Amino acid sequence: MEYIKLIGILIVVLGFALKLDSILIIITAAAATALVSGIDIATLVETFGQSFVANRSMTIFILVMLVTGTMERNGLREASSALIGRIKGATAGIVIAAYGVIRGIFGAFNVGIGGVAGFIRPVLIPMATGTIESKGHKVDENHLEQIKGMSAGIENISWFFCQVLFVGGAGALLVQGTLANLGYDVPLIRLAAVEIPVAIVGVAVGIIYYWLKDRRLCIKYYSKEK
Amino acid sequence: MEFFTSPDIPLMTKLLEVVYIIIGLICLYTAGRNLFDKENKSPWGTAAFWGSVGIVIAFGRWLPDIVSGALILLMSASAILRLVKPGQDLAPTAEQTKAKFDRIGMKIFIPALSIGIFSLVFAFLGGNALVGTGFGVLVAMVLLFAFSTDNKPKVFFDDAARFLSIVGPTSMLPPLLAVLGSVFTLAGVGDVIAGIVGRFIPQGNVNIGIVVYALGMMLFTMIMGNAFAAITVMTVGIGAPFVLAYGADPAAIVMLALTCGYCGTLLTPMAANFNIVPVAILDMKDKMGVIKNQILPAVIMIVFQIIYMILIK
Repeated sequence: MEYIKLIGILIVVLGFALKLDSILIIITAAAATALVSGIDIATLVETFGQSFVANRSMTIFILVMLVTGTMERNGLREASSALIGRIKGATAGIVIAAYGVIRGIFGAFNVGIGGVAGFIRPVLIPMATGTIESKGHKVDENHLEQIKGMSAGIENISWFFCQVLFVGGAGALLVQGTLANLGYDVPLIRLAAVEIPVAIVGVAVGIIYYWLKDRRLCIKYYSKEK
Repeated sequence: MEFFTSPDIPLMTKLLEVVYIIIGLICLYTAGRNLFDKENKSPWGTAAFWGSVGIVIAFGRWLPDIVSGALILLMSASAILRLVKPGQDLAPTAEQTKAKFDRIGMKIFIPALSIGIFSLVFAFLGGNALVGTGFGVLVAMVLLFAFSTDNKPKVFFDDAARFLSIVGPTSMLPPLLAVLGSVFTLAGVGDVIAGIVGRFIPQGNVNIGIVVYALGMMLFTMIMGNAFAAITVMTVGIGAPFVLAYGADPAAIVMLALTCGYCGTLLTPMAANFNIVPVAILDMKDKMGVIKNQILPAVIMIVFQIIYMILIK
């Protein structure tokens, strides 16, 4: 009955799907796997210690936090919105696209500029709706819903595909650690380099799609008013 | 002390250990601040969490594995029992940040970019990228102090503790998942999965292996809502035996598998932080409104990445 060793994977899949406490799932899965595979408690605790210490690099984000909060305190968010505000003749789609590019660049440098709660809601959505109102239209409710969805979408797309460009980002460190467990030694710089085309294509797909979609929505909701 | 004075140990190794000690101290500072924070509803549990992880990060190199392991279990226990709480939030007000922006302006982008630049430079020059990150953080701190003398060391530590308290135990998922991965490897879980999957997909066809690995990453991430959890399981079970075993480039294949997983993250309500919480923050009517806007980009990106993986393997 070799299959019983898969109990840990079953626990991980069910646990995350049922939204149980993530750390509880991980500890339970590790303990159950050790139990059915004849690994004793002392060895398990030692593996925990040894492996966590070997993967301490994944806590590097804590060091970066020394400046993230203080940069926010010193006006990083205001500076980002001033940068987007410099674009002339903007539409909602262009504002979203500009944010996507800036978010991507900062993501590659492992710097957050506020996310949905800190930037999109208080800064980006008003900027996007402002471009419609400045042309003398009233913002259509359905268009607003789509602007919100696209803004949250570009936030995710730019962040996901560009954060992997940061040398020493959490994802690359986990890949490096996973490969080390399997006996492969890979440098972080290679892990970042291989993602360059993915980041460029990802951001391009996101901003072109949202720009086209917004253009179509603008024609649909505002062209008749004139 | 011998470690730092010994001429046999490379400078980068020593500096990396200094970086870990600083990270550990930030955790210990967070523990101390929460312990004495009267607004924290669970000062002891919070301090136990950040304190134990801080000790392991700072001194793990010298601690016996069983002691580190026990501390990690203590950390996990305080998180599982929901005893870790953020204390008082000393976030700056909009007036404060506006006033700073009026004084500092666009120069704030320089420290913001310095961290990534130094990581890159160190990595290119053959140094350690993480030491580069540390160096970049140091440069950013000096610049911020030069811009405004309000930015004293205590401000940096307080802001770091504030952010760490906000992200909370979730931030420890990546190293804990790596720990789980090593337990799986120790138990031989990968061999069992490989045995099962091997009955369905032909041995020796790397391209089919890549397609199964990439789509598997996407689907597993959709079910679990977490690409980090999926990559440990999928790599041990499918990536290693069906792709890497045939000589494909491990760095390219596994890293790209992670971003294939991110395509899954874009498509699932399980990734609530990214796809459901924004619906609430932005007052949207359609609960799936964010995901619907991400379907087309996610599909294009998974196809693109599979082709890219096959081309550069």
